[in-house]
Amino acid sequence: MMFALADFSVITPDFGLLFWSALVFILFWFLIGKFAFKAIGEALRDREQNIQEALDAAEKAKAEMANLQAENDRLLAEAREEKAKILKEAKEAGNTIVADAKTKAKDEANKLLSNARVEIDNQKKAALQEVSNEVGNMALEIAEKVIKKELASSKDHQTLVNKLVEEIKLN
Amino acid sequence: MCLLALNLSAQHNHDGHDHDGHDHSGHSHDDHGHSHDTHHTLGCGLHSAHGGEFDPGATAFHHIADANIYSIGPFGIPLPCIPFVPGEGFDFFLSSKFHYDGHGTGSNAYNRFVLDGGTMKRITDESFPDGLVEGVEVGHDDEGHTAVCYNNKLYPVDKKSTADGGIFGGGITSWYDFSMTKNVMSMIIVFLIFFFIFRAIAKRYKQRPDKAPSGIQGLIEPIFVFIQDEVAKPFLGKHYLKYLPFLMSLFFFILGLNLWGQIPFLGGSNVTGNLAFTAVLAIFAFFVVNLSGNKHYWEHIFNMPGVPGWVKIILTPVEALGLFIKPITLALRLFANITAGHMVIIIFVSFIFIFGNNGASKVGAYGAALPTVLLTMFMMAIELLVAFIQAFVFTILTTSYLSAAIDEGHEHEGAH
Repeated sequence: MMFALADFSVITPDFGLLFWSALVFILFWFLIGKFAFKAIGEALRDREQNIQEALDAAEKAKAEMANLQAENDRLLAEAREEKAKILKEAKEAGNTIVADAKTKAKDEANKLLSNARVEIDNQKKAALQEVSNEVGNMALEIAEKVIKKELASSKDHQTLVNKLVEEIKLN
Repeated sequence: MCLLALNLSAQHNHDGHDHDGHDHSGHSHDDHGHSHDTHHTLGCGLHSAHGGEFDPGATAFHHIADANIYSIGPFGIPLPCIPFVPGEGFDFFLSSKFHYDGHGTGSNAYNRFVLDGGTMKRITDESFPDGLVEGVEVGHDDEGHTAVCYNNKLYPVDKKSTADGGIFGGGITSWYDFSMTKNVMSMIIVFLIFFFIFRAIAKRYKQRPDKAPSGIQGLIEPIFVFIQDEVAKPFLGKHYLKYLPFLMSLFFFILGLNLWGQIPFLGGSNVTGNLAFTAVLAIFAFFVVNLSGNKHYWEHIFNMPGVPGWVKIILTPVEALGLFIKPITLALRLFANITAGHMVIIIFVSFIFIFGNNGASKVGAYGAALPTVLLTMFMMAIELLVAFIQAFVFTILTTSYLSAAIDEGHEHEGAH
């Protein structure tokens, strides 16, 4: 037989080591396992979830940003269109107003002009009438004076004078 | 195991503990200078453990064994001895009572216990006085059995009881040893180291959640996440968090003790290479797996669905045996890997003493030193790898057994 020192003792499980191994492993399992490993496992799980959520939120924010950008672009384009439309309309309105004003002014001017013409005609006619009347009267007076001197009232003369006056009036 | 067989067949005296590095730096080296030429002879015809030819096998066995002394460098720190003798009860004393030498062999007996190469033995003879007895010689008789010589009278001794039922040469004797041995101390130290590390880390996770890991947290997190994501989650799915504490405890306890045992000059304790320790872990794994087993699991063992009756007669005993074979292989795999690694390193170091003819040939010793150092460095690198691999393998296999036990059977219905 071999000497006791040379025993391959590691293969013969002695009761003390069985007992202490079990005790220390249970301590390890319950103290470190329950309080540290479980806590670390949960912390890692939570962190994983948080990271996933953060990534998802970032993705969502990115999509939202893209949406917002598109919306902005659309609004901007719309605004531009609106502006152009308004400008065009304003221009048109302005043109119309100017044209209207021009027409109106022209009409007014024409009206004024024609009025003036009518007035002038009228005044001219009145003046001529007056002049002819005046001239008639003056002629009559002249004639009267002439006739008074030379002739008594003669019908022929009267008629002649009237005829003359008529002719003058016609002129 | 080949080495074991080799060494068992070769019967040698234990001798020549002159190797460096392995928890024996405390030897009184004066003894060794001449130990190779004279056989130390004690009283009563006993032989000292330290004489005769150098025996690397015995050296290796001694160095992977548990001890009642913790040797750190040149210091042999005494440890609490707690023997239990049926009928007499527990005893409690420090191993310093034995007044041991550098080899862990004591010159005192205490309450009929003696220390032989770091291991307690009990004198069975009732006539031997109780209490502290000085001037005791512990040695080996011609047949190699340990015996004690006191007052020129020879006393036989009993080894502690072991739970192997005599299969591996142990068995129940007159006493049990519940001492806090080197292995127990190593377990407690590793437990405390991990306790403080993980308490700090857990606190950090709580205090600053959702922050990038820093410091020791950053060192442990990748390992933790590796086991969690490569082992726990793929096998256990949504149940992983429930079993995470157990699996992580297995992994980190095994890993820590594997690494602790590889630190030179720090006792070189061999906890994970001791069948008692690996058996305890395997027993825990057995209970956790089988207590988690659902109806589906037991049905597959005792009444395999979709299999003809006559096949069941063969299959059921095989499956039932498998229940026990699984944890047994777990225990043996870890034990054999770690023990083999330690033994190979010790054998490599022994080359120096073999080629140096146990101190007689300086040329041989120096010549062997360089290749030995290179081989040992290579082996230690492998052992470092094995420390991780074996912790991982133990954990992943336990997880796979657990996965089979809690599997609902929906996922791979077609596989059966």
